Amino acid sequence: MTDTVYQISHLVHVPRRHYGRMVAAALVVAALAAIAHAFAVGQIEWNYVGEFLTVPAIMTGLVNTIVMAILAMVVGIALGVIFAIMRLSENPVLSYTALGYIWLFRAVPALLQLLLWFNLALVFPTMGIPGVFSVPTVDVMTPFVAALLGLGIQQGAFTAEVVRAGLLSVDRGQYEAAQTLGMTRLKMLRRIIMPQAMRVIIPPVGNEFIGMVKLTSLASVIQYAEILHSAQNIYYANSRVIELLIVAAFWYLIVVTILSLIQGRIEKYFSKGAAPAASTK
Amino acid sequence: MAIRTTPAAADQNMLPADPIVVAADVRKRFGSNEVLKGIDLRVPKGEVLCIIGPSGSGKSTFLRCINQLERIDGGAIWVAGELVGYRREGNFLYELTDAEIARQRRRIGMVFQRFNLFPHLTALENIIEGPVQVLGEKPAEARERAEALLARVGLADKRDAYPAHLSGGQQQRVAIARALAMRPELLLFDEPTSALDPELVGEVLGVMRDLAGTGMTMIVVTHELGFAREVSNRVAFMDQGQLVEIGDARQVLSDPQQARTRAFISAVHK
Ligand SMILES: Nc1ncnc2c1ncn2[C@@H]1O[C@H](COP(=O)(O)OP(=O)(O)OP(=O)(O)O)[C@@H](O)[C@H]1O
Ligand SMILES: [Mg+2]
Repeated sequence: MTDTVYQISHLVHVPRRHYGRMVAAALVVAALAAIAHAFAVGQIEWNYVGEFLTVPAIMTGLVNTIVMAILAMVVGIALGVIFAIMRLSENPVLSYTALGYIWLFRAVPALLQLLLWFNLALVFPTMGIPGVFSVPTVDVMTPFVAALLGLGIQQGAFTAEVVRAGLLSVDRGQYEAAQTLGMTRLKMLRRIIMPQAMRVIIPPVGNEFIGMVKLTSLASVIQYAEILHSAQNIYYANSRVIELLIVAAFWYLIVVTILSLIQGRIEKYFSKGAAPAASTK
Repeated sequence: MAIRTTPAAADQNMLPADPIVVAADVRKRFGSNEVLKGIDLRVPKGEVLCIIGPSGSGKSTFLRCINQLERIDGGAIWVAGELVGYRREGNFLYELTDAEIARQRRRIGMVFQRFNLFPHLTALENIIEGPVQVLGEKPAEARERAEALLARVGLADKRDAYPAHLSGGQQQRVAIARALAMRPELLLFDEPTSALDPELVGEVLGVMRDLAGTGMTMIVVTHELGFAREVSNRVAFMDQGQLVEIGDARQVLSDPQQARTRAFISAVHK
């Protein structure tokens, strides 16, 4: 005999009402609508935005921005790997040199470093090998070179710390297993340690790449013709300040979005063998 | 037992390759803690030697000294007739370079308690890594040998699996195959079954038993006294950095001569 009070399957289920969520959603939608409205009726000539979006000066600036971001990152990653390995070296001279580099270039603001490199001629009017050749520093320290050095070297200091964290994240047993196979230190780093460290290194380096795209805008102050500099040049002439800033912002958004997608791909590649079901090969 | 090398030998760096391992008064300290207090040992070719002893007695440290994961502070070790870590010229011992140490390590395989497979490589890739990258073998050749080794440890169907997808027992068998792929003259095992669930211990010991049957020289640090009794030729008991007793496996395990050995063995059997 079954008690009828325990038979409830014929009753109707009434879902819980999420009043709080509804109120929050309504507030957010209203706020977004207000912002959109403000921009729509604000003093922005949207047709100018469209018009200047693809003019040659902006396109050149865009290319310069991308080129500078990539080259500065290449310099930064190369220096980062070298200094991270130096930092972990048993040789105290190497280790402390790396520590000093990281300390110095992380501490000094990027903008200030750019200005220093750009004005290097004030310290060293000429450069070269004494008695062999020498060139005026101003000819060497073009805006491009100054920006590349300034951005790449300070990036190297940050990347060194990221790479070091990556190297330290690899289990001691991996070093020992590689040594036991008779690998030399360099081969061990390249074949066994780095591929595993990459899992830890890629996400922050991806973020820093994105940061670098934006950081290149600092180079506008030393006359490097990246996109912000191009936009400024145009609005100095036609006074369409906001419209041209929006053009530049638009392109930053596009570049950063593409980079984020690439970052996801690379992360997936280096997660090989990491977790169950993550293997694709 | 001091080691006497014949001064008449033409090349003092090339002593007879048998015994495979000669340890003479090996000492090792960590700070003020003397972990190895003068180990003397000879392991002839083809012998399976089990080292037993309480935790912290220095068993792992001694194994790691043999393949130079640790540097010794005193005494000397020869592997296959070659002095470990140094080159002898007359009365001078020259410390070897990193590359020379790497070369010496090639012929000594090591199997770790925690497997230490390379997680970013498949089982097969783990096995061919050493032969291809270190010995310069052709990939196709190495691959063929690796497949044979995988079959030998009973894992032919796991060649493309990443370590994370393998059980502990399977990982340890791949690790043994990886060590064998280097064609070592000596295999060191540091508690190869201690990290395994009890039901997986047997499959790894089985592979090691087969290996012993092929005449491979093996030094095995283990707590598996059953394995030691059944497979090894000799058993050494280590305590507080000293080899307290060494002898025929059955004899040491059934009828130890030293009180410390007796106490240890009866404690393990409880
Ligand atoms: N890298 C190290 N630094 C400092 N002390 C160490 C180091 N490695 C080992 N020791 C010490 O050396 C002693 C012997 O350690 P070892 O690992 O060789 O013992 P074991 O016999 O293998 O013990 P177990 O059975 O627990 O593995 C211990 O006291 C340990 O604390
Ligand atoms: Mg141990």
